[in-house]
Amino acid sequence: MTGSNNDPDKARRRRSIAIALALGALVVLFYIMTMMRVHP
Amino acid sequence: MALATSYAENRAATVGDYFALQKPRVMSLVIFTGLAGIVAAPGHIDLLTGFVALLCIAVAAGASGALNMSYDADIDRLMTRTATRPIPMGAITPGEAEGFGWTLSVGAVALMGLFVNLVAAALLAFTVFFYVAVYTLWLKRRTPQNIVIGGLSGALPPAIGWAAVTGSLSLAPILFVAIIFMWTPPHFWALSLWRSDDYARAGVPMMPVVRGKLSTRRQILAYTVALIPLGLAPAFIGAAGPVYLACAGLIGAWFAVEAVATFFERDEAKEPAAHRLFRVSLIYMTALFASLIVESALHIAPLAPWL
Repeated sequence: MTGSNNDPDKARRRRSIAIALALGALVVLFYIMTMMRVHP
Repeated sequence: MALATSYAENRAATVGDYFALQKPRVMSLVIFTGLAGIVAAPGHIDLLTGFVALLCIAVAAGASGALNMSYDADIDRLMTRTATRPIPMGAITPGEAEGFGWTLSVGAVALMGLFVNLVAAALLAFTVFFYVAVYTLWLKRRTPQNIVIGGLSGALPPAIGWAAVTGSLSLAPILFVAIIFMWTPPHFWALSLWRSDDYARAGVPMMPVVRGKLSTRRQILAYTVALIPLGLAPAFIGAAGPVYLACAGLIGAWFAVEAVATFFERDEAKEPAAHRLFRVSLIYMTALFASLIVESALHIAPLAPWL
């Protein structure tokens, strides 16, 4: 799909960064939504 | 194009592979119709809750796509259209796609239930179940009615969006679901008219493979004749306004013209009318739900229900 297919380490690193960003965004989202529920 | 006759040699999966695994084009249409359901619904939803609802719809759609690719990996590698997907290309294994898909599905339904409401969460769970279990695992390889019945899962997002705002369903969202449901057969059968060799090679009993192209053309026309008045109906029950009515009328007429042209088409090698029908079906669906969003954004009131 991308030009980096032949470099497994680079691909793994980018996957890890994407997972970290997604989890971080979920943490922020959960926090804000919970605050909204607790203090509407 | 050379098809993947066996799973290609493993290579490292990229972020792009996992993105492709979620069928982004299908996901974009689902997000679009889900958003239309949210904005067309009466009542108020705060911006963040609306965003979470749309996020859950998008993630569940992506998860369904991943699960579909996981369970259809054996036939995907046999078809030109699907041979370059991440699993046939050897980037992701079916097991990885399955784990990815179920994790996202459960997460999306849980998030919808926790932060939006249980009706929307239940509808979302039903949509994933219907697409994966009923369509992918049961109907797809067994009957030419696969995309007719299975189309219900792709039709539900406007109702999920509506339920996210109101916590319930009514005639209008059911009508939106019915419109997408009736739109699905002419849309996919137009595609299958020029992809029938692909489906035959993979043993997928699409309508042109099982009943022949003439029968498929006849059924495309029948579903289109049923779809056009159904597409106009939201304007007559007070669920849509004049912009919607104009789009549904004009593009619906164009849709009907192309369905008739497909019915009379005899160039089975190129199927030019089916190509045009496929394109106009996408324009029709986009225009219908875009007009709902535009009318909501511009505060254009729905037409009176007695019209």
